[in-house]
Amino acid sequence: MSVQSEPVQTFTPREFHRQAHDALGNPQIRSNFRKAMDGLMAKRLDVFSDWDLEVLRDLGANIRRRALARLPDLLETLEANCQANGIRVHWAEDGEEACRIIRELCEARGAKAVIKGKSMVSEEMHLNEHLEAAGIEALESDLGEYLVQLNRQTPSHIIMPAIHLNTDEIADIMHDKTGIERTRDADAMTAAARLQLRERFMNADVGISGVNFAVAETGTLCLVENEGNGRMTTTVPPVHIAVTGIEKVVEHLRDVPPLYALLTRSATGQHVTTYFNMISSPRKPGEHDGPEEVHLVLVDNGRSRIYQDDELLDTLRCIRCGACMNHCPVYTRVGGHTYGTTYPGPIGSILMPHIMGLEATKDLPTASSLCGACGEVCPVKIPIPDLLVRLRKESVGEGRGNVPGAGTKRSAKEAVAWRAFQWLATHPSAWRGGTAIAGRLRGLTPSKLGPWTEYRLAPKPAKVSLHALVKQHKAKRHQAEKDSEEKQS
Amino acid sequence: MTPVKCYPSKPEKVYFFGTCLIDMFYPEAGLDGIRLLEREGIEVIFPEDQTCCGQPAYTSGYHDEARAVAAAQLGLFPEPWPIVVPSGSCGGMMRTHFPQLFAGSDREDEAGDVASRVFELTEFLVHVCHLTLEDRGQPERVAMHTSCSARREMGLAETGPALLGQLGEVELVEQARSAECCGFGGTFAVRHPEVSAAMVDDKTQAIEAAGAEHFVTSDCGCLMNIAGRFEHQKASVKGEHIASYLWRRTS
Amino acid sequence: MSARDAILKRLKERSDGPLSVPESDFSVVTHRGWILEERLERFERLISSVHGEVVHTTSSEWTRALAQVLQSKKIRRLALGRDHPVAAEAREALVDAEVELVDVDRDIESWQREQFETVDAGLTSTRGGIAETGSLWLWPTADEPRQISLVPSMHIAVLDAERIEDTFFDVIENNAWAGGMPTNALLISGPSKTADIEQTLVYGVHGPRELVVILRHTEEVI
Repeated sequence: MSVQSEPVQTFTPREFHRQAHDALGNPQIRSNFRKAMDGLMAKRLDVFSDWDLEVLRDLGANIRRRALARLPDLLETLEANCQANGIRVHWAEDGEEACRIIRELCEARGAKAVIKGKSMVSEEMHLNEHLEAAGIEALESDLGEYLVQLNRQTPSHIIMPAIHLNTDEIADIMHDKTGIERTRDADAMTAAARLQLRERFMNADVGISGVNFAVAETGTLCLVENEGNGRMTTTVPPVHIAVTGIEKVVEHLRDVPPLYALLTRSATGQHVTTYFNMISSPRKPGEHDGPEEVHLVLVDNGRSRIYQDDELLDTLRCIRCGACMNHCPVYTRVGGHTYGTTYPGPIGSILMPHIMGLEATKDLPTASSLCGACGEVCPVKIPIPDLLVRLRKESVGEGRGNVPGAGTKRSAKEAVAWRAFQWLATHPSAWRGGTAIAGRLRGLTPSKLGPWTEYRLAPKPAKVSLHALVKQHKAKRHQAEKDSEEKQS
Repeated sequence: MTPVKCYPSKPEKVYFFGTCLIDMFYPEAGLDGIRLLEREGIEVIFPEDQTCCGQPAYTSGYHDEARAVAAAQLGLFPEPWPIVVPSGSCGGMMRTHFPQLFAGSDREDEAGDVASRVFELTEFLVHVCHLTLEDRGQPERVAMHTSCSARREMGLAETGPALLGQLGEVELVEQARSAECCGFGGTFAVRHPEVSAAMVDDKTQAIEAAGAEHFVTSDCGCLMNIAGRFEHQKASVKGEHIASYLWRRTS
Repeated sequence: MSARDAILKRLKERSDGPLSVPESDFSVVTHRGWILEERLERFERLISSVHGEVVHTTSSEWTRALAQVLQSKKIRRLALGRDHPVAAEAREALVDAEVELVDVDRDIESWQREQFETVDAGLTSTRGGIAETGSLWLWPTADEPRQISLVPSMHIAVLDAERIEDTFFDVIENNAWAGGMPTNALLISGPSKTADIEQTLVYGVHGPRELVVILRHTEEVI
C-alpha cells in the first residue's frame, strides 16, 4: 500500500465560485454535509443544556484575551519552561521555515517514516508534501485524516476531516487503497485501519503532532483527542515533534479546563474527549517508554501581523473547534473543499486572507450572508461577522491596509456605484424624486435581473413610495380630525 | 451578546424610520406599521428627509460611503422620542453599527444617542406598547421567518411569534431549521447567487413542508427573497411583512 | 536576526500599542458543591455513556473483583506494574490465577511488538477521577508506564471513590498540578473511539477497545 501514487486533489480559493457550483450540484456532498452538520448542531445544543454557557464563553474569551495580551512574554516563558523540562523549542517565521526545521530534525535521526497525529498547522504549511519530496513518508493516523490521505485529498473540516465522504465512498477507499475485503461495516473498516496503523506506529521513526494548548507556566503541551492516535504518535516513536501556531499559548494550567470544556462541547457536542494528553518532557532517566526527544516548533506564518491590529487580533483567539463551520449555512451547502483553504468556513474566511493574501482569497469574506450564526456559537466569542465586514473593507481599500492584498478588490465601477448611492441617500429630495420615478416606471422593471431572477421573481418598485403614502395618510388623518372637530363644534 | 435592554414606558410620540426597501418596494408594510402604532395612541413622526441607514454600503466594505449616508440620518431625530424601525437588519445597523462608524468622531455621542433609541417594530409593540390584538381573520396556518439580524444582532427571536400568538385564529407552524438564514444577506445574494439560491430553496421547502399557507417576516430583504422564490415556483404560499399581516387581521 | 527574535520583536513592538490584561473569574468551572453520592452517580453515568464499564467493589475485596473481570473478559496476559500498591496487591492475589502477568518495568524497545501483539490488558492505578465529565486522571510512572493504558486492547483502571473530585479545574487546583507536572499527565474518559466514518460511533480505533474501572469504596455500600 502506498499513499503517494497519485497527485493530491487540489482546490483553490481563487476558484470559489466554480467549486461552489460543483458542490451545489453534487447531491452526495449536499446530503453528507447537511446530515453531519444537523447532527453536530443538535449535539452541541444538547451538551450545553446543563451549563451556564454564556458565562463559560465569557471566561473562554477572557482567558484567550489575557493570553494574547501577554503573548510575547508567555512565549518566552513557555520556551524557558519547555527547555528546562528537556523539550527543545524552535521558531519559524513561516510554513516553509517550519517545514525545513522539521525535515532537518527528521534527517538528523535518519528518519524514513513519520507518523502524524492531527495537526491543522501542518496542513497549513503543507508539511506532508515537503517531507515526501525529501523522501520521508508522512502518514496520517487520525482515521479521518488517514482516509482523506488514502483518497489523495485534503481535510474538508478541521475536526472531522472526512466528513465529506459517506460510508460507501469510504468502503471503496479502504478496499481500493488498502486491499481489504470490501465491506461497508464501520466496525470492520475501523478494525482494519487499526491493524494497518498499529504496524506503522511501531515502525515510525518520528511522530508529529499538533498542540491544542501550550501552557506557559509549566511548559506543557496539551492534546485533545478521541482515537488514541495522538497518544500513540506522541508516545511510541523515539522522537516527538509538536508543531503549533504561536497563538496557542495560554498563561496558566488553570486556564486549560474552561477552554477544554468549551472545545469539546462546541466541536462535537461531547462533555469530554476520550483523551486529554498533557506532555511536559521527553522520557526521563528510569522511565521505560515515551520519546527520547521532544521538540516544539512555534510557527508564526502571518500571526504576528494579525497581532498588530486591535480589531483583527480577535482572530487569534480561535481554539479551532469548528463550531462556526458546523453552524454556517454557506459551509453546510458547499462543504469544506469549496473554500480551497486549509481552514474552511467562517474561521477560514477571516484567517486565510492573512496567510494567503486578499487577492487569492477575495471571494471568502463575501461568502457569508452575515447571518451571525458563527459569532453566536463561537466559544471564545470572536466577532466573526464584524471581522468579515472588516476584511471586505480592506478588500475594497477602505480599511487600514493591515491585510496583505488590501485594496485588491476595488473596482472603479463599483466605487462609482457606491458613490452614486451615497449621493442619492444624502440628498433627500433627489431620493424622493428617484423613488417616485422608479414607481412610475415599474412596468419597465426588467424581469431578468441577472442571477437573482434565475431563482426568484424580480421585485418591482411600488407605485407609490412610503414617503408619498405617509403624506397621503397624514393628510387624510388631518382632514378626519378637522371634520370631527367641526362636527363637535 | 445583546445587552439587556431596559424598555421605556409607552411614549406620546415616536419617530418612524421606514427603511429604503420598504420605501421603494413595500410601502404598505411601512404604513401598516405606522397604523399599528397610531392605534395605540402614539403620534408617529415620519422625518421626510430619511433615506437609507447605509447598511448596503456598510456590509460591502464601503464604510466611508456608509458613514456619509448614516450621518445624513443622525440629525433627523432631534427630540428624545424612540425611533421605531420595521426591520431587524436596519434596526441592527442603527443600534450596533452607527456607534462603531462614528467612534472617535465628533458625532460619536449623537450616534450613540440615536442607537440607544432604536427599536425594531415588533420589539416596540411587545415590550413598550404591550400590544394586545383581537383577531378578525379566518383560520390560517402561518410560518414566521425571523430575520438573522432581528434574531441574533438584536436578540429578538421571540417578539414576532409573541404577536402572532395573540391571533386566535392563526396557527403558528414552525418550519424545520427556522433559525437558519434564508440566504438573502444583502449583497450576498448578488455576489454568491448560487449559494444564496440553494439557501432560499431550502427555506421555501421547509415553510411548505410545515404546512404553512402564509408566511410573515419582519424584514423586507428576507421577504423579497423568500416570496420571490415562492412566486418563481408559482407556489401558493404568500408572504407578507408582519406589520401588514397584523394590521390586516385586526382592523 | 533569528526567527525567534524577529517574531518576539514584532509582538513586543505591537503597532496598536500594548494590550490591557483582563482578570479572570473561574467560578463557573468550580464550586459544584456535590456530595460523595452525587459525584459517584455523575461519574458513573458519564463514563458509562461513553462505554466505560464501572465495577463496584471495596478496598478489601477489590482483587477478587479484578479476578472476576479477568476471567469474564478472558484475559490471558495482563501487563502491570510492581511497586504501586495496586500492582503489588494484584500480583499477590493473582499468583495462582490462570492469567499470565507481564512485567512492564523494562524499556519498551525490548518488547514493543510483544506489547502490541500479545498483551490482552493493562492494569493501572489512577490518581483520581472527575465527576463532572466522568474522567480518570493518571500520571504514568516508571512503575506504570504510559503505553500500558494505551496499547493493550483493554485498560483496567483502579479508582478509589473518595478520590473523585468535582471538576477538572478542582483537580488541577487541589492537587497543585502547576507546582510540578509529570512527563505525561492524562485524562481518560472511556475507551478509544472515532466517528470518522459518516458519524458512526466505533470504539477501539487506536487505543483500548474496552475500559473497565474498578471503583473501590471504603466500606460496604454496594
